[in-house]
Amino acid sequence: MIMQDVIIIGSGIIGSAVARELSRYQADILVLDKENDIACGTTKANSGIVHAGYDPKPGSLKAKYNILGNKMFDEFAKELDFPFKRNGALVLALDKDSEAILKELYEKGVKNGVEGLEIISGDEAREMEPNISPNVTEALYAPTAATVSPYEMSIAYAENAATNGVKFRLNAEVERLEKTENGIRVCLKGGETLEAKLVINCAGVFADDLSNQLSERKFSIVPRRGEYLLLDKIYTNYTKMTLFQTPTKMGKGVLVTPATHGNIIVGPNAQDIDDKSDLSTTISGLKEVWEKAKRTLPSLNQKAIITNFTGIRAHSLEDDFIIGFTDVKGLYNVAGIESPGLTAAPAIAVDVAKEVAAAMNFKEKENFIKERKAIPHFAGMSEVEKAAIIKENPLYGKIVCRCEVVPEGEIREAIRRPLGARDLDALKRRTRVGMGRCQGGFCLPRLMEILSEELNVDYTEITKSGRNSKIVVGKVKE
Amino acid sequence: MKERRLVIIGGGPAGLAAAVAAYDEGERDILILERENELGGILNQCIHNGFGLHRFKEELTGPEYADRYIQEVFKRNIEYRLQTMVLNITSDRVIDYVNETEGYTKIKAGAIILACGCRERPRGAINIAGTRPAGIFSAGTAQRLVNIDGYLPGKEVVILGSGDIGLIMARRMTYEGAKVKAVVELMPYSSGLNRNIVQCLEDYDIPLLFSHTVIDIKGSDRVTGVVIAEVDSSLRPIPETAKEYSCDTLLLSVGLIPENELARNAEVELSAVTGGAVVDENMMTSVKGVFAAGNVLHVHDLVDYVSEESAHAARSAVKYLNDVNQFEEKIAIKSGNGIRYTVPQLLNGNADYQPLNIRMRVDNVYRNARIVLKVNDEVIYSRKRQIMTPGEMESLNLADEIVEKMKNSKNVVFEVEAGK
Repeated sequence: MIMQDVIIIGSGIIGSAVARELSRYQADILVLDKENDIACGTTKANSGIVHAGYDPKPGSLKAKYNILGNKMFDEFAKELDFPFKRNGALVLALDKDSEAILKELYEKGVKNGVEGLEIISGDEAREMEPNISPNVTEALYAPTAATVSPYEMSIAYAENAATNGVKFRLNAEVERLEKTENGIRVCLKGGETLEAKLVINCAGVFADDLSNQLSERKFSIVPRRGEYLLLDKIYTNYTKMTLFQTPTKMGKGVLVTPATHGNIIVGPNAQDIDDKSDLSTTISGLKEVWEKAKRTLPSLNQKAIITNFTGIRAHSLEDDFIIGFTDVKGLYNVAGIESPGLTAAPAIAVDVAKEVAAAMNFKEKENFIKERKAIPHFAGMSEVEKAAIIKENPLYGKIVCRCEVVPEGEIREAIRRPLGARDLDALKRRTRVGMGRCQGGFCLPRLMEILSEELNVDYTEITKSGRNSKIVVGKVKE
Repeated sequence: MKERRLVIIGGGPAGLAAAVAAYDEGERDILILERENELGGILNQCIHNGFGLHRFKEELTGPEYADRYIQEVFKRNIEYRLQTMVLNITSDRVIDYVNETEGYTKIKAGAIILACGCRERPRGAINIAGTRPAGIFSAGTAQRLVNIDGYLPGKEVVILGSGDIGLIMARRMTYEGAKVKAVVELMPYSSGLNRNIVQCLEDYDIPLLFSHTVIDIKGSDRVTGVVIAEVDSSLRPIPETAKEYSCDTLLLSVGLIPENELARNAEVELSAVTGGAVVDENMMTSVKGVFAAGNVLHVHDLVDYVSEESAHAARSAVKYLNDVNQFEEKIAIKSGNGIRYTVPQLLNGNADYQPLNIRMRVDNVYRNARIVLKVNDEVIYSRKRQIMTPGEMESLNLADEIVEKMKNSKNVVFEVEAGK
């Protein structure tokens, strides 16, 4: 059996970023993920906010990595070419009582080292964002807050890791970890086993299950459900900034934010549930989200909604990130990475990679490729760029997804890339096909055809998201 | 920038009828832009019959109906582009389009006819809670998969919404060996044609549940079931009535939305009720020289009416190209009690194609009622109907003297007068 230097379990934003930072070193690294694409857990369904850092408790890991992470985004977004925008945020006080909370946040923010924080009047806030409620009395303005596309960020990290030699195995679900003389045995569902000197546990909501199998230092991750609504792009003018209400002990509350591609996202609520795989939305939850969001933006129009979804946060009962070597030789945890986890990810990954490399005596590579280019997105190009790319590849003149204006050339590229799309949802995350107002109604059959051609599998084998999520059940009667 | 006299966006039933009529009105510089790889639009996947009863006085399938028009376009040698996507139009009628052969092209049109049809409302638009597995399709997507691509979307089916495509697909899926367990309709009446309820459901013993809706979707990879509940008079689900139906497929036939993204870019005024442009009796929108017809203007029940309306829009567009100045003054046609909308919503008073045709939809089921036209609160025209439903479009032809009275008034309203 081949002994890997490192196995990373989980390819969410943490697993992908750690893989990329570790790929700077000479080591055999393998990333395992149980899904048919990377970043299909918590990473794929969250608010996409790069937080300023006024929320975490001073002195916590959350505070430290929030501040460090936030500052890294401009550089990393450029280097790895993922959608990122420093749009700023407002925390809104909707009554006099909330003003005291704003003050606390402001003071915490200053202690944590957040730059540019300012408490402004309701009128000043409305001048910045004219659609917010007349009930807003004061707001905390955080200019360093930003938005990012979380799954595109992970894909960028993972692609770059792959370019630098990291291997990825999808549909590989880890059932059990066992101690061996030199490290850890990783037993996959289906019976296969793998071995590594070091296992880095980035398994998101499942990180406690894995770690607790070996470690005496037990911890517990509670899946905390958050439901979201996504609005049609034509309503993009509701707000430019991310709009929070004052936080509660369950989280930062229902926010309204532009996503990096222009749609407005509304959500999440917060509900602790038992089933870590339960991604269902509920009538009551969606209603709660909508009603709360309307307190921020009274003019929200129900007609704007194009879809709803649920994300699961990995809430640790310890209330802080759990990062570091464990009592088990060869097991390293990066767990409980809930908000501001996405913001913290770049900084966490840098520190984890440094610590691991030092402990394992990994040498730095000389030929590390630090840049990665995104798939050229036709919809975002200027006229001149559009004309040029069609000339270069006429398939860019053949639009498949009409709502998001995605041409066939872009779709084929998303399948052919390292870690390319293998199913419809993966294609959607890479190109935005089917993400628009018709939600794939028109382009679905054509996308299936293209996937079938590129992957060289039968049309009937094409899935929505791997496993048994086949789209059609067979051919019609002859 | 190349200039064209008349550009028609969309090569479906509306675009084809418009092109033929414009040609016959004397216009020779016509260009049809179509995004699919053949002309005919959505008719190509409507392989059932029932098309053309009004227009051709015979029962045709969708492809046959489209082909009648395609042959007319061929005969006249009207220019068209396939696999061509219009990316933008402006209020001064500059059109940006792309395709594989010409690349990125900009043209300036003398007049534009929007004939881009409509799209189906997706799951998210009605905001059904539950999981997001495979096996949820809008009815039209399922229709395409079966009729064009030759694949069966599922074996045990629940259909939400009793729109015409949903009804047609209930029968089609049954033909293919699938079991359609129920068609579920939120309202106490269907939004589809009565003949489809009889021929597609009743003939196959498929239950139609009025005042019911889907409140939850089950299954993680593929749909395993849906929860259906009755709704009260304010359309709120009644929890005690919830019942799970096992199925692997949920088809949605919950309404159609005119595709007006291009119109929006050109700053065309849109109606919140129809989702289409606000037009005068020439089918001209608020932007001069931009016309709209067919399902992009308002969703029709019969393609025959789409053809008729589009031909009319085309003749108006040609008239506009030849004499721009006639298109000035406009008065509003209002929708009063019982009327959801009328098309046109504006009257210019210059159309010389009489009688003036006004189409409208009512907002509920009415029996033995009248549609009345009031001018300055005085009824000047009325038509009795035994039954009117929101699913069936009403069409009125108004004679010259009626139109004259409308033109000279500020207060023109259509209303439903309930039966006595």
